[in-house]
Amino acid sequence: MVLGNYKQAIAARSTDPEILRKSQDGGIVTQLFAYALDAGIIDGAIVAGQSEEPFKPEPMVATTREELLAARGTRYAISPNMSLIKEVTRSYGLDKVGVVGTPCQMQALRKGQLYPIGLRDVADKIALAVGIFCMENFPYQGILQLVEDHGATALENVSKLDIGKGKFWIYTERGATVQLPLKVTHKYEQPGCHVCLDYVANLADISTGSVGTPDGWSTVFVRSGKGDDIWAKAIAAGAFETKPIDSVKPGLELVTKLANDKVTKNQKYLESRATEYGVGKALRNPYI
Amino acid sequence: MGILESLKTLLFGKHDVGGGKQDEKPGSAKAEKPADVSIGKKASIIKEPKEEKPVADKITVGHVHMSGCTGCLVSFADNYEGLLTILDKYADLVYCLTLADVRHIPEMDVALVEGSVCISDHLSVEEIIETRKNAKIVVALGGCACYGNITRFCRGGQQNQPQHESYLPIGDLIDVDVYIPGCAPTPQQIRNVCVMAYLLLKGNDEQKALAGAYLTPLMNLAKAGTQACGCDIMTQGINQGLCMGCGSCAAACPVRAITMQYGKPQIERDMCIKCGACYAQCPRSFFSFDVVNQYEGIMEAIDAAMEP
Ligand SMILES: Cc1cc2nc3c(=O)[nH]c(=O)nc-3n(C[C@H](O)[C@H](O)[C@H](O)COP(=O)(O)OP(=O)(O)OC[C@H]3O[C@@H](n4cnc5c(N)ncnc54)[C@H](O)[C@@H]3O)c2cc1C
Ligand code: SF4
Ligand code: SF4
Ligand code: SF4
Repeated sequence: MVLGNYKQAIAARSTDPEILRKSQDGGIVTQLFAYALDAGIIDGAIVAGQSEEPFKPEPMVATTREELLAARGTRYAISPNMSLIKEVTRSYGLDKVGVVGTPCQMQALRKGQLYPIGLRDVADKIALAVGIFCMENFPYQGILQLVEDHGATALENVSKLDIGKGKFWIYTERGATVQLPLKVTHKYEQPGCHVCLDYVANLADISTGSVGTPDGWSTVFVRSGKGDDIWAKAIAAGAFETKPIDSVKPGLELVTKLANDKVTKNQKYLESRATEYGVGKALRNPYI
Repeated sequence: MGILESLKTLLFGKHDVGGGKQDEKPGSAKAEKPADVSIGKKASIIKEPKEEKPVADKITVGHVHMSGCTGCLVSFADNYEGLLTILDKYADLVYCLTLADVRHIPEMDVALVEGSVCISDHLSVEEIIETRKNAKIVVALGGCACYGNITRFCRGGQQNQPQHESYLPIGDLIDVDVYIPGCAPTPQQIRNVCVMAYLLLKGNDEQKALAGAYLTPLMNLAKAGTQACGCDIMTQGINQGLCMGCGSCAAACPVRAITMQYGKPQIERDMCIKCGACYAQCPRSFFSFDVVNQYEGIMEAIDAAMEP
């Protein structure tokens, strides 16, 4: 069950060329929010926007198509999107909230809805939670180290960062490409990722990632009742071009393999925390 | 007085709680087993009380007011019609100094204790002991009862009881079963605990199991101790290699003592009032896949339970 519950798995991409121009993969996230905003399903969405520092994400509330489009693309650094989950209903005044996040952020969101200890009047305002697949994440300083030190490239000259095909890719504005083996990236991952037991955002309404589908396309899991409803409407509105997931290569097989790899590895680490970090002592296990 | 009176009629118009009810032993009315329904079905997840015996399946709840600001109680009331549903279907409020004219702490299923205990005040100490004796489940409602919260900063000297300077979270004096941290605790969290406590005491086996699983982390918090601080997300989160920078702690803090700097929480420690919300909200403080994986069903069930 490493892929979580889902009602359907699809290969898809946005039908909007403008969205696709700068989206990371098939523009699923931006297209979903843009459609939902248009259809009145959400009033806006918490996204990882661009801060003043290059490729440093900043949680932002996007309430227009322009703002959604400005946040396209993956920023491989921590963007604490949950930090706005209460504020978005307060000073921003949203009643129907969209939010995008990594699997751990989807976990934080659902825990927050079931145990709203410090999140008054938030739980029932979550209208659409879009999850993105995630193997690991980096503190921004780790990205600096990778791009500027290992990659010998100034971050401000970078046009896109990507992780895929076993490599960390740095694309520059002037057309150069630098690749780093994932081996060198591992030590810069944030420690919290090593206890993470979710690869494909099992708790999102709809989750998506690049793995499993050809370049420019995305793998999409439609998970919750809410997600199913919104996906059907978006399809009816012509927002997405789709293909059956088993008609594309490498398909769910690779997604399952990577999910298994991640969960197995991190489960092992969790066990080692209980036994190998000390004598008669254990590091804390968050999963009870 | 006008507001209180109208609140009372609003709350107790249907069942005269202030009257004879309190003498009736809680649980003396035989509880019927709620119908078997699975979690997630919108239909009658909670058994509707029968018309002729409207209180048969209810639990008895009291609000015990220690040294708190009544914000917790107000937050409970901020469930608005939800509060009426709770009082109508699931719980009789058998004790609540602010709202009901009952002077002595009666027996009850669930005591919601607001505030810390002033140990310079004998009556308070007696009442918290009495509460433990008379309640099956003691819930520390809000930061003050759980962790002392703002009363941690008391140093006495206030008129007209300047000698009142020593306040303790209730867990320093009695065993506590469940914590609801936060300042104020949220209406939805209090509601969820009420519904789950009802299911735990009156539900069928499946509902009992779910309610037990839901309440376990809040029971573990109660076992874990009576001290909380923003520092917990450092000592128990970042220091333990568990923080992944989601920002939930920052969103939960009622005084905005936490900001996210380069993906990690930064705590303005002088601002922290020690309410415990940040750590309890953190998905890496406790996270039960058994419970959270069922979020859709549980939320639907609670919504259905709250329908008037
Ligand atoms: C740290 C990280 C690791 C990932 N690892 C994998 C992986 O191993 N395999 C895989 O298939 N996919 C992974 N992805 C997802 C993938 O890179 C794309 O983000 C995803 O496919 C969505 O692309 P899109 O074209 O649909 O979205 P777009 O339309 O381009 O929109 C992307 C959305 O994601 C948001 N976003 C960007 N960065 C972050 C961030 N750091 N935190 C939260 N939200 C953000 C943006 O605000 C935007 O709304 C990862 C993403 C991140 C952030
Ligand atoms: S690996 Fe897990 S903990 Fe780390 S950012 Fe991704 S989803 Fe979050
Ligand atoms: S940092 Fe904020 S949320 Fe955490 S205990 Fe202090 S006041 Fe409460
Ligand atoms: S709530 Fe999120 S950001 Fe805060 S300590 Fe926990 S994991 Fe870290």
